[in-house]
Amino acid sequence: MNLWNKLMCYSRRRSPWLFHMNGGSCNGCDIELVASLSPRYDAEQLGVRLEGSPRHADILCITGPITHNAVNAIKTVYDQVLGPKAVVAIGSCPATTNVFIDSRTLAGPLTKHIPVDVFVPGCPPRPDAIIQGVAMAAGILAERAAKKQPIAPVVMPLVGPGCSGACGCGGGTCSTPSSDAASEVQQ
Amino acid sequence: MNMTTALARLLIFPGLLFAVPAAWFFLWVERKAVAMMQGRIGPPFMQPFYDFIKLLGKGTPPRSGIGGMLMRAWPLIAVASAAGAVGLLPVLPSSGGFQGDLILLLALMELPSMCIIAAGFSSRSIFGEIGSAREAVLSVSYNIVFLLAIVSIAASQHTFSLEALAQLPASPLRVLGILALLVCLPAKLHLNPFSLPNAEQEIYSGPMTEYAGPELAMWELSHGLEWVAATGLVATLAAPVITTWWLAALVFVALSFGIVLLLSVVASATARLQIDTTVRFYWQCTLIFAVLAVASALFMRFRS
Ligand code: SF4
Repeated sequence: MNLWNKLMCYSRRRSPWLFHMNGGSCNGCDIELVASLSPRYDAEQLGVRLEGSPRHADILCITGPITHNAVNAIKTVYDQVLGPKAVVAIGSCPATTNVFIDSRTLAGPLTKHIPVDVFVPGCPPRPDAIIQGVAMAAGILAERAAKKQPIAPVVMPLVGPGCSGACGCGGGTCSTPSSDAASEVQQ
Repeated sequence: MNMTTALARLLIFPGLLFAVPAAWFFLWVERKAVAMMQGRIGPPFMQPFYDFIKLLGKGTPPRSGIGGMLMRAWPLIAVASAAGAVGLLPVLPSSGGFQGDLILLLALMELPSMCIIAAGFSSRSIFGEIGSAREAVLSVSYNIVFLLAIVSIAASQHTFSLEALAQLPASPLRVLGILALLVCLPAKLHLNPFSLPNAEQEIYSGPMTEYAGPELAMWELSHGLEWVAATGLVATLAAPVITTWWLAALVFVALSFGIVLLLSVVASATARLQIDTTVRFYWQCTLIFAVLAVASALFMRFRS
């Protein structure tokens, strides 16, 4: 890799601009995404910026279980984001449709419609998990653009109180995709 | 001004070689100041540079026809004119200049906002059009004050040469003029409380909505160069007369930095005003400023 490519790769990792899209979410995840930009978590230290237009964005953050209404919008916005790009599915909803499973208003999960790079589980995930997911997505994006090979999606372990991480926990408040759902998504 | 000094000023100092890093630095200072006012740590020092490089490596949407060509041209025209404006600033003592360069400077500083208006309309996005309409209304209202303030300082001295203006002794008229310019700067640079054209919570990214990749990088750069040109103009008017060249450059940079800091702090401490409130503010309150400045300019002219 020559110097320019190295600089480009580094810059891509250091400047992920987000576009946030709501695919029928209950609003829990959206609030956590905004919280990750707030003074306490301050994602701007990693160069993260929430952009108003999908044309400016590198990373598409999608929340919610993908309702029928949202599908076309999500596909359009995905095409409007210019490459190299990455998709982060925030919360358990876009991964598995979560508590809304089997609802007839849903067309989820998200992987049926667009490729996803990072799953951030949790209902809702903590802001630090979202920041970590975005940072991982930025790394994936830079690497993929440099090497031009596909990279398998990442399912982050659940971070939070009372959870071991390898989540099959059924621990009441925790509703991450169970480990087999996660591996199903990964395939 | 001969060819060599003109090129040196355009390309080296205070032109591109100085202005581009300064533009990135000012963009960083703006973001960092806002972050610190909000109790955050904020972006790292090199952030605007990383953003610029990253945007250069992104794709652009396909554009066709005359509209597409125009859309590609606007950001380049904006960057070129903003860089030209920075190059005209009389930073170094006896760096040469010509009679009437003030008028050229004002025209070049106005071009980027014209380009923004045109870009929004030629993008044919509804958000772009609203943003452009707002920018047009805003520029009509602040420009009267902006131009009257500068013209009154110039008229009191019978000159349109920047070099002569920069060497004026401090006078109440100059203080008044600089204050009027400072009031206009937030609107010129799209900062709170007058950040109407790019009001991101209301109309996405305004005129920039359809731009991506290298074109967006050029817009960011032209915005940064506008920062340098606008704060530099105020800094050259406010700076005392210094004959040592390095001291003059240092004072210029320090004054510009101070103005950037002031504007960013004001921006983070205020919320966006409505368009009619903004227009009323400029027409009613600051027009008084401008009328005062013109009156005292005429007074000084007749007395001298
Ligand atoms: S994952 Fe939980 S918090 Fe997030 S949208 Fe779904 S139900 Fe709401």
